[in-house]
Amino acid sequence: MSFEPKILGILCNWCSYAGADLAGTSRKKYSPNVRVVRVMCSGRVDPTFILKAFDSGADGVLICGCHPGDCHYAEGNYKAARRIPLLKKMLSQLGVEDERLRLEWVSASEGDRFASIVDEMTEQIRRLGPFSRNSGGGNG
Amino acid sequence: MAKPRIALYWAASCGGCDVAVLDTNEKILDIADIADIVLWPIALDFKYHHVEAMEDGAIDLCLFNGAIRNSEQERIARLLRAKSKVMVAFGACACFGGIPALGNFTNRAEIFERAYMEAPSNANNNGTFPQTLTKVSEGELELPEFFDTVLTLAQVVDAEYFVPGCPPPVDIILKVVDLFATGQLPPVGSVIASDKTLCDECDRIKEEKKITKIYRPHEVVPDPEKCLLEQGIICCGPATRGGCGQRCIKANMPCRGCFGPPPGVFDQGAKLVSAIASIYQGNTEEEIAGMVEEIIDPAGTFYRFGLADSMLKRKRL
Repeated sequence: MSFEPKILGILCNWCSYAGADLAGTSRKKYSPNVRVVRVMCSGRVDPTFILKAFDSGADGVLICGCHPGDCHYAEGNYKAARRIPLLKKMLSQLGVEDERLRLEWVSASEGDRFASIVDEMTEQIRRLGPFSRNSGGGNG
Repeated sequence: MAKPRIALYWAASCGGCDVAVLDTNEKILDIADIADIVLWPIALDFKYHHVEAMEDGAIDLCLFNGAIRNSEQERIARLLRAKSKVMVAFGACACFGGIPALGNFTNRAEIFERAYMEAPSNANNNGTFPQTLTKVSEGELELPEFFDTVLTLAQVVDAEYFVPGCPPPVDIILKVVDLFATGQLPPVGSVIASDKTLCDECDRIKEEKKITKIYRPHEVVPDPEKCLLEQGIICCGPATRGGCGQRCIKANMPCRGCFGPPPGVFDQGAKLVSAIASIYQGNTEEEIAGMVEEIIDPAGTFYRFGLADSMLKRKRL
């Protein structure tokens, strides 16, 4: 059986979730590999959520928020903009591929963009294969 | 009534936890008064076969310090587990992997290559590496097998209690002994320390947490009254359990995280990423890239004591 990546999407309520909704209502076809969780703001995304997602079987995590300057809460997305690159640097030291975690700005009118991001990420992760980690058990 | 029996053991550790037990000074004599110490490699000459000869459950309390990094430590952890009624993961290494678990950024092959070939003081022209079994004319010599991955005690055997710290402070050690002696040990699985974060307990003056540059500890002399994070020094206090008595903070050094994550925190390193990135002021791509660059070694800094106990447990091989 071919590998189907599981991607957790964490989308902000005000822009990106509406953007994903637009992709749906516009009958836009895109990979069914993303499971979406809505949060009020990308600034709510604690990096521990992302690790918890990988721990629970996700192969990739996609965070989407409002474009810089557009945050409903003025600067929540800037927090995400700082946290994700720092988390990426830390994860790269631990051998986690860069493509497995992605931060994108998607506005409520960018349904097409959301769909193409999901398609692109799905293909990248399909090439990488499932997320696995060393159990640490015994001599592993 | 027979005195309760106590065992103390060290696995992959520096010996600091044992020294911390001795730091109880004359109170150590009280411990010897109320209990028989049946194994304590750093101080007393008991052998493994003395422990093997005991019945299961014959030891009332085992304080096990150090992580598990080779087969001998794993064997003794299992032995002491079988012989002990109460097993305590004692110190940061037994609880979270500690400093030895930084070896989880690499593996056995790379560690051996560095230690026995590359290190400048080596002259290993024959490429000799440690073997688990070596035949010599007198017979066979055995060495424990060195693991690729450093493990916490609880990843090998069940442990009833966790006493964090590098090393555990004397007041907590005495508290553990007191709880044990008076039969007041908390529910199994408890961490015997504070339930608050270090920041919660910290005495320093805290104002607005906004920083625009991150300094490494050797680059500045911090103000001893003010929050270290507010002075741009990475302090692990926001995502580290308290109860340590602010030892590092009082020495004007930032918290390095040896008490592990506070209750409810799934991953100490990710929580610290969250905390540090949140207080950094800078919204443009250049400013953010600057912050990422200023934090030279995020994984080593945020998982300094906790890599073996983190979500990933080690670098992916």
